[in-house]
Amino acid sequence: MSIKIGEGPFHQRVEKGLNNPFMRGAVSSAQERFQQRKASAIEELGNWEEWRSLGEEIRQHTIEHLDFYLNQLSENIIKRGGHVFFAATAEEANHYIRDVVQSKNGKKVVKSKSMVTEEISLNACLEEAGCEVIETDLGEYILQVDDHDPPSHIVTPALHKNKEQIRDVFKAKLGYTKSEMPEELALHARELLRKEFLSADIGITGCNFAVAESGSISLVTNEGNARLVTALPKTQITVMGMERIVPTFEELDILVSLLTRSAVGQKLTSYVTALTGPRTEGEVDGPEEFHLVIVDNGRSSILGTDFQSVLQCIRCAACINVCPVYRHVGGHSYGSIYPGPIGAVLTPLLEGYEDHKELPYASTLCAACSEACPVKIPLHDLLHKHRQVIVEREGKAPVSEKLIMKAFGFGISSPALYQMGSKFAPMAMKPFVGENQSISKGPGPLKSWTDSREFPAPDQERFRDWMKSRAKGGRIDENRYRS
Amino acid sequence: MKVTLFATCLVDMFHSNVGKATVELLEKLGCEIEFPQGQICCGQPAYNSGYVKDAKQAMKHMITVFEQAEYIVTPSGSCATMFKEYPHILKDEPDWQHRAQLVANKTYELTQFIVQVLKREDLGATLNGKATVHTSCHMTRLLGAKSEPFTLLNNVQGLEVIPLDKSQDCCGFGGTFSVKMGQISEQMVDEKVSHIEDSKADFLIGADCGCLMNIKGRIDRKKSPVTVLHIAEVLNSQ
Repeated sequence: MSIKIGEGPFHQRVEKGLNNPFMRGAVSSAQERFQQRKASAIEELGNWEEWRSLGEEIRQHTIEHLDFYLNQLSENIIKRGGHVFFAATAEEANHYIRDVVQSKNGKKVVKSKSMVTEEISLNACLEEAGCEVIETDLGEYILQVDDHDPPSHIVTPALHKNKEQIRDVFKAKLGYTKSEMPEELALHARELLRKEFLSADIGITGCNFAVAESGSISLVTNEGNARLVTALPKTQITVMGMERIVPTFEELDILVSLLTRSAVGQKLTSYVTALTGPRTEGEVDGPEEFHLVIVDNGRSSILGTDFQSVLQCIRCAACINVCPVYRHVGGHSYGSIYPGPIGAVLTPLLEGYEDHKELPYASTLCAACSEACPVKIPLHDLLHKHRQVIVEREGKAPVSEKLIMKAFGFGISSPALYQMGSKFAPMAMKPFVGENQSISKGPGPLKSWTDSREFPAPDQERFRDWMKSRAKGGRIDENRYRS
Repeated sequence: MKVTLFATCLVDMFHSNVGKATVELLEKLGCEIEFPQGQICCGQPAYNSGYVKDAKQAMKHMITVFEQAEYIVTPSGSCATMFKEYPHILKDEPDWQHRAQLVANKTYELTQFIVQVLKREDLGATLNGKATVHTSCHMTRLLGAKSEPFTLLNNVQGLEVIPLDKSQDCCGFGGTFSVKMGQISEQMVDEKVSHIEDSKADFLIGADCGCLMNIKGRIDRKKSPVTVLHIAEVLNSQ
């Protein structure tokens, strides 16, 4: 697995999503829950727009000085006895981690939630090397148990499953015998996972934010599993996307405040942990050995481009939680571990347009995502920017679309062409117009519209012609509003 | 007051009634309407689809058509937003950017113009029944015109404005999205229409012909009893 997930072309995946009522029900109710909780959490905080501006400022500053802060982070970690590895590619990251695991003769790896390890397909690499890898975040665990079902959301990866489906997975795979009550399901998973924590050789975590000034790694969780992943195994490996860094604890405070409210509508999650290097003399817990793997994997090539602001992302999924397209098609339709608006922007940047060229078009540019983003990434602008690149640089736009753009006179400076097109539209469309003065079965690209909607017949008299005749003293039909 | 009307291509070709209502309404409010026949589409369909070079040509043409205006008024929140975006899109051509900025500065969506510039709230309109409002995405999120339609509609005699569940959600139009991603668009508009039906409103009122065309298209297909009206038609009704 890499960023890319699922089989078949985009439209097939979408069709599959649209025809999955269980998934759509689960996603829709989750979105509603997240939105309500977020609304009350930010109301309680007050001055949300100022918080967003502050968040944006911090992220922009950090990204602009990324080299400085990464260097500072790295020096501080080494000073504390940790190891730092800069991985240019997914492969480099995986090989480094595999080598560390093998050098410790590690057989069992427990992991807390990490999107970047999904991105680089770390589990597959470790499993190939003969390791047993266990996801300990409940959502990730459910997916892993369900034959490696890919995540459909970046914060709550099993969002597409309802509790009955999860019960059935547990029954089939884990000998579960109880009900679909979340408490019972969670208890069962907890009992099984506890044994894994105790017998694991290596703990692998993601990283919400690294703190440059201290060389700390912060983890924001609700389940407590990350605490066990970092406290019990002797070796800890943390994997971070190279942009997930803050200068000091002061900025961490602000970004965590934004993150927990935006992600799950919580003032604070159950655990916000900051870990600084391996256990040192006199300390009672912590790993004996600590490795930080900083993953580039295409990120540095986004720096300095029109898309730089995407690196501000703090992976809260607020954009996903408000996106109406995501609600209907679900995360798997995007064909990427990063779904929704942020995924539609990020995925083509990390993996190219070839497999993901539809993603920037999977949006009405309604800007709900931009409005929801706690660090003010102009997501709808970036989606638009992708479209421009696809049309003008990559030349990947369909020929039929190019023709429409020309034929309808959209975006053409020639008033004559527009005049002609609009004047002859009523005549051209006449064969398709039904009794109710609308088109029920449209030709060509209109078919996609009229499959589900009526399309209006062009007016016999254009508005401009009415204006012209009115200027000459024409009269108005008094009854036209009564239909 | 002299108002230069930017009708939009959808009004010109498909919804001339909205244009007529806009003209009559503004005249009743004491405006003198000018309609430059040279106007075409604002370029948004091309721009949003990624055809920025093509869109720029249309935009420059529209700037030359409208730059002499005192006030530019359009019965579309989305097309008004596009005019406001012109300077940003033309930022690499300083001369054009400057001219675009002057055009943007005097562009108003119809209800914004009535409330902010004409400073009128009760227009003496009458419409009997219950109405719910589709607050279009570009109009509210990008243009920032959130309250004006409600200010005006609350003063319409006989009209009860009732809330719409999930009113902030896009109707699924999105210009070329509606045909490019027809299946997804269908689900979005279907959900929107379900909420409209659940509201038990007689009328669905909006300020953008694109959204209204989409919503009405679905309402008509479902043979739903809701009447779709542009806000200009409502405010002009006696």
